[in-house]
Amino acid sequence: MRWRAGETDSRTDTTFLLFSGCVYGNECDVVASKCEHSSVLLKGLQSSMMSEGSSFMKGMILGGIFCLVMAFFETFNSGTHSEGREHLHHHLKPVSKDELQKLSESQMSDWTLQVRVYCLIMVTPKLLVHWATANDTWSKHCDKSVFYTSESSKALEAIDLQEQDEWARLRKAIKHAYENAGDLRWFFVARPTTYAIIENLKYLVLDKDPSQPFYIGHTEKSGELDYVEYDSGIVLSYEAMRRLIEIFKDEDRCPERGHALWKTPEEKQLATCLKYTGVFAENGEDAQGKGLFNKKSVSSLISDSMGQNPADVVEACCSDMAITFGGMSPSQIQVLMYGVYRLRPYGHDFHDSLTFLPPNDSDND
Amino acid sequence: IVTMKAGNSRCAFSLGFLVGSCTLYVFLRQVWFEKSFSWKLDGKSNPAPLGPEQTTPDLTWKVEGSALINLKHPHQPGEDSHIADELFEKVRILCWVMTGPSNLQSKARHVKATWSRHCNVVLFMSSEEDRSFPTVGLDTGEGRDQLYWKTIRAFHYALKNHGDEADWFLKTDDDTFVVVDNLRWVLSNYTAEQPIYFGKRFKPYAKQGYMSGGAGYVLSKEALRRFVEGFSTKVCTHTTSVEDLAMGQCLEKMGVVAGDSRDTLQRETFHPFIPEHHLTGKFSKTFWYWNYCFYPIVEGPQCCSDLAVSFHYVDPELMYTLEYYTYRLRPYGYRHRYQPPVPAVLPLASHTGKPTTEAQRLDERVNEKSVPTNTMNPRAEKVKTTGTSHKVTNAAQGRNITDRSTA
Repeated sequence: MRWRAGETDSRTDTTFLLFSGCVYGNECDVVASKCEHSSVLLKGLQSSMMSEGSSFMKGMILGGIFCLVMAFFETFNSGTHSEGREHLHHHLKPVSKDELQKLSESQMSDWTLQVRVYCLIMVTPKLLVHWATANDTWSKHCDKSVFYTSESSKALEAIDLQEQDEWARLRKAIKHAYENAGDLRWFFVARPTTYAIIENLKYLVLDKDPSQPFYIGHTEKSGELDYVEYDSGIVLSYEAMRRLIEIFKDEDRCPERGHALWKTPEEKQLATCLKYTGVFAENGEDAQGKGLFNKKSVSSLISDSMGQNPADVVEACCSDMAITFGGMSPSQIQVLMYGVYRLRPYGHDFHDSLTFLPPNDSDND
Repeated sequence: IVTMKAGNSRCAFSLGFLVGSCTLYVFLRQVWFEKSFSWKLDGKSNPAPLGPEQTTPDLTWKVEGSALINLKHPHQPGEDSHIADELFEKVRILCWVMTGPSNLQSKARHVKATWSRHCNVVLFMSSEEDRSFPTVGLDTGEGRDQLYWKTIRAFHYALKNHGDEADWFLKTDDDTFVVVDNLRWVLSNYTAEQPIYFGKRFKPYAKQGYMSGGAGYVLSKEALRRFVEGFSTKVCTHTTSVEDLAMGQCLEKMGVVAGDSRDTLQRETFHPFIPEHHLTGKFSKTFWYWNYCFYPIVEGPQCCSDLAVSFHYVDPELMYTLEYYTYRLRPYGYRHRYQPPVPAVLPLASHTGKPTTEAQRLDERVNEKSVPTNTMNPRAEKVKTTGTSHKVTNAAQGRNITDRSTA
């Protein structure tokens, strides 16, 4: 039998690609057998090549499909997982204007009563000037403001915790505040170097239930831990306080004095203790996503914005409903009081759904 | 060979599988990576892309030669500024800013970006013309000794070229910050036909006093006409380069009245220094300021009206800061102590509104519950907030404040 290049042998179903050969027949024998061998070899090669090629293709396609399936499975998993994590590192915003307008008046007045704030201001005699400024300015807008000091000062009134260690002092202050809260349900912890606009704090937590745990401020990340920065103020709901008091009793997970050589800042210790009780830090921001808690001063933020967004300095800088600023001198704070509570352009009204009245005993707001 | 064949194909299959999965993995990695990266960027403190409800403030200028004509009064989303808009139509103000070529980028630019957007017409006055900024060229030199020349020429230019477009003509420096809406409130009780001008009133050297140049001063159209007339009749000449004093003397000669720009609680509205100095500074007893001020100086928070009109020596950073404090940063729901009376020029309808009745109902409901906390001011019960009694409100507030000040 002779084959020509390109012909297909029906018996073996192989196609000769290279050269013809012969198998049967006397004259072909020697040549044929040689041919046969080589051709069979070639045939084998060819066929194995063909089958290899097709199986390669099949393998590749199958591999791709496998990979796609794995990828979808993974994102679905990590999707819900990151959803879970996103939920933990929440972005907390104020209630929207539309929702506020839908509410009944009785609900509005209920909320006004519910959203009252107990301010814990952690002072030391070293910060006397800032202490006096906070006493004279923003702390008057809290429903109850208590100064907790490391040691007493003749100049100003405060609750003397007689405690030099900052974390221990914070714990004592929190315990005291919780026990003396009365019917106040929201707590704001700050140092006197922070300035706060309490009305905007109330606006942020207006529709949040204080019998749920809330731990709000400007959040930062340290490894796996999300914590609220102390310098820009910490907001805690009544339930979060309650859980904190409980976990304070646990000396292993939430020790009063650490045994490590280095000192963990109290903001991170707070976050760790709260995490054990299932309370996680949430970042306070406005409807446009701008942070409401700032540790920088207004002039510093404006100056940054002038460098980064010269075409739209004020818009890009800071939120209209900002809650805290930090690092401001006492006279800058007096200007801020004037700027926030008094200076305004005539004829622009906002028709806010709630009304907060000025405090009784001040003249700079 | 057959086994080899089978083995080979299995090898090939696995090889193919590997290659396929690897390629696709790398490809997907790129795509996912990009997506999650962009998520991260959005999630950060950068504000989300501005939605339709809040676009950047309208910079709706019309450039007419060297003048910037404001077509629309800038608004914030969510605010009801119909009263400010009405005043914008009724009390038209032309602002001209004294500047110079070397100050355009360092100072005048920030004025242009901030408060001048609230004027009806804005002119930047320089010794040289600059088409791109734009500035008007006054054909003078620069420097303190040229100030009065520049002022004279600037006012003449304004009356001649824009006399019909404004009722009041305001002069400021390029380091003055002005709250134009509050200026409209001050001026709303007067008309453009009265020969009167307002500013931070100083007393020496002129019988009725004169207005500080740096704190800004504003002339009625009639006052401006008389000023120009004074020069054409040679009653007024270039007497001195002390611009503000010279203005005061000329206007006095032409029978223009020096007005009282203080608010209804006698607090100053035009300020010759920055807020910090007025609010916290203690002026030394030998400081010239004590002898210059026409009205008694008040130190501390009552130095300055809530409806302040101007501050001077304001650097660019403070200019944006004051813009933020005035127009943007606010305490939610806060009922201001000072409730200014509504100008007579506005129709009664514009100040009877939903808000007062809402606040009143809220007060009633809250008082029902009678909870003695900081948010509930018992004194507020006395304040009746009905439509026609804004004056009553003001009086009550006024009483409260005077009580406190005598304590």
